[in-house]
Formats: sequence, C-alpha cells, structure tokens
Amino acid sequence: MMNPKDIIAKRVAKELKPGDLVNLGIGLPTLVANEIPADFEVYFQSENGLVGLGPYDEKRIDKDLTNAGGQPVTLMPHGMYFDSSLSFSIIRGGHVDITVLGALEVDQEGSLASWIVPGKMVPGMGGAMDLVTGSKKVIIAMTHTNKGIPKIKEKCSLPLTAYRQVDLIVTELAVIEVKKDGLHLIERHPEVSIDEIINQTEAKLIINDVKVMEV
Amino acid sequence: MYANWRSHVNAEEGEMMNKLINKNAFIQKLKDGMSIMVGGFMVCGTPEILVDWVLESNIKHLTIICNDAGYPNEGVGKLIRSGQVDTLIASHIGLNPEAGEKMGLGILKVKLVPQGTLVEQIRAYGAGLGGILTPTGTHTIVEEGKQVIRLNETDYLLEEAIGADLALIKANHIDQLGNLTYSKTARNFNPMMATAANLVVCEGTELVDEIDPEVVITPHIFIDHYIIGGNQYDES
Repeated sequence: MMNPKDIIAKRVAKELKPGDLVNLGIGLPTLVANEIPADFEVYFQSENGLVGLGPYDEKRIDKDLTNAGGQPVTLMPHGMYFDSSLSFSIIRGGHVDITVLGALEVDQEGSLASWIVPGKMVPGMGGAMDLVTGSKKVIIAMTHTNKGIPKIKEKCSLPLTAYRQVDLIVTELAVIEVKKDGLHLIERHPEVSIDEIINQTEAKLIINDVKVMEV
Repeated sequence: MYANWRSHVNAEEGEMMNKLINKNAFIQKLKDGMSIMVGGFMVCGTPEILVDWVLESNIKHLTIICNDAGYPNEGVGKLIRSGQVDTLIASHIGLNPEAGEKMGLGILKVKLVPQGTLVEQIRAYGAGLGGILTPTGTHTIVEEGKQVIRLNETDYLLEEAIGADLALIKANHIDQLGNLTYSKTARNFNPMMATAANLVVCEGTELVDEIDPEVVITPHIFIDHYIIGGNQYDES
C-alpha cells in the first residue's frame, strides 16, 4: 500500500474545483497542494495573511513571508498580502470554499476535536475554530486510527474545535460523508474490505453504495 | 484660514514632531504589571529589538497579548523564558514547549482565544466598540462564562474588546511622522494592535522621506514613538 499520507492527500485533491479558495492546515493537509493538476487553478489562503500561497523554494527564502506554521513559503502571481483582521473576515465570512485540516477525533454528528488533550497537550486552537466555522466545506484529512485506536467516534471525548461542521472525512482506508442522518461510507480503499473499515471505526457507518477509492 | 494653513505647513517643515525614541527613554515608560500587545505571527513581524529592551528592563508581572507564544528564544518566548510574564493571551502556544511547561506548572496563566476572535477583539477596542459577536467557539469550552446571543437563528458569542497599556509593533517603511507600511506576511496583527493601546511604539525597518499616501497602511496618528531597527537578518 502507498504511504497513507499520500493516499489521503491525493483523494482530498479530487474535491477541489477550478477557482476554489482553499485553506490547508499545517502537516498532512499541506501535501494536498502537491496533488493539484498543473492545468488547474486553485488559490491557497493562509490565515497569517495571504492569498496565493506558493511552495517552499530554498532559493527564495524571505523571513517576512511564511505560512501559518511559520515556515518559509512563496507567493504565486496575482497573490497578495493582508492583515489578520481581513484574513479572518475572509475565513469567518464564508469566502473560503474548502478548508482541509487534521483532527484527533471526529464524531457521528460531524463535530471535531483537534486542539487540546487536557493535561497532556495544549497547543491551542490557532485559526482552526474560525476556519471550520466559516468555510463552505470542511474536509478532515487524517489517518483512520491513532495506532489502532479509532479516531472516528460516536461522540468526541476531547474538547471540541467545533460542533457539527465537518462535511467529509478522508482517511487512507475510506471516504466518509457527514450527512444529517449520520456518517455515510462512500468509498473504500481497493485493498480494504468494508468489514475492516467498520472494525476500525467506533461510530456507526451507514452503508449503501460504497465505491472504490482511486489510489 | 489660508494664513493658518500656511503656518501649519511651515511648522511641519520646520519642527516636525520628533517621535524617535532611544532605549533609555523607552525603558522609562515601562512599568511592572503592564499589559503589552506584541505584533507578529510565529515571530514573523515581531519587533525583536523592542522585545529585547523589555527583557533588559526586567519589568515583571506582565500580561502579554500576542497571536502565539513565539519560540523559546524568539519573540515573546524570550519574556516567557525570563519569567516576566504572568498572563499570556494568545491563540496558539504549540511551537513554544516552555510556555506549555510553565502553564502546566501553574506559573504562567494562558488564556487561549481563537485567532479570528483575538484579532477582532483588538480591532474592536481600537475602533471604540465594546466587543464583537462571533459564531466561532459556540458549543465548545470557549463558550464557558460568555453570553450567547441569538440573531437570525444563529448563536453568537459576545466577546469583549481587548486593549492594552502598550503595543509594540513592527513595520517596514516608516516616514518622519510615523506613517507605516508593512512587509509581506509580517503585517498580521500589527495594524490592529497599533490602534488598541494607550502607548504605541513601532520598530520600523527603514526610515524613508515619503510614503505614497495611497499605500500607507497605518496612519501616523496611531504611532507615539518609533525606532529604526534596520534589518537584523540581512546584517547577520
């Protein structure tokens, strides 16, 4: 099987349409940018204040030009900069088409937890709460389990990042759509059976028409 | 009327207000227990020279308002390491493990605020508003202790405006009066913080004769004092 992260990034990239304004979270979601076909234009937003985020280029490192993780990036043609207030007007105001982020847990109702493990790890929410609240479509890109422990739960046990905002969950095993009546398993990895997915998922999955993921 | 206008111009040309400040004069304005806003996003756009002067002053019991906790030895992380900070109001501290440790030990109080809420609380203060209504954080622990207001079938949290005693901001070009431009993503929280503190001190990279009025981002009226920091990174 391919590297799980590449499987996830490749599948998430298929959700993007020409002209979309997209925010990619730090970590796994940034890999999605490598999977966009060359003839296809999408605009990447970064909450620290730019639209037109371009790839890292070791020949063009500028300490005044970073992504939201503080790492050096570049600006694409027609890109621009703005302050954090306008950045979050874009985010909260519903002007971002798709936000892709990781999560520690996602549940049956489409709630997610990603910013705190009480007593253990308290990185903070950064811009994630605003992104999932304001974006038109929220995609969770994460490994299916945490070393075998299911991350797709009946109910999140960790403090929430947002309540009922997730639209799609993409893992290396499955693609799951969040609808009003629950989680619909819509795709499975070609080498993984539906039963295997059910075994690694705590939440109840609704199974009607399961397609095979293109990997 | 015309005569007054002429004399105004002459006054400007002759004795333009001098906002340049040196280290000693800056340090004299600092006090224990101050609240200080510091611009920057993961130290991109943080006025490191001004932060170093706060470090050197050794004032204590500070409340720092900043997007994040910087890194252990960069940005506001330097003040957290030195033990000068009692309270940090930020959206993220994950890249500064010392901040997390001190929070765990109970020697640093950290108030985590969603980033879009924090910047808008600061903007609101500078704009004379009491607070803002945001849907961000509803049905999460961010909601605890806050008023929920329902408008047009959506729940919003009432988040109060945030101001400070002092704001330390980083600009790129600065003119004699303190008009500012910023550099790329080093802009971030700086323009809002420039409006939201009793005393605003700017570290500009370069002093220029003139800035095209169309491209001034922060008007000089917000700036009390400035220093010209040059570009430390280019020098090193």
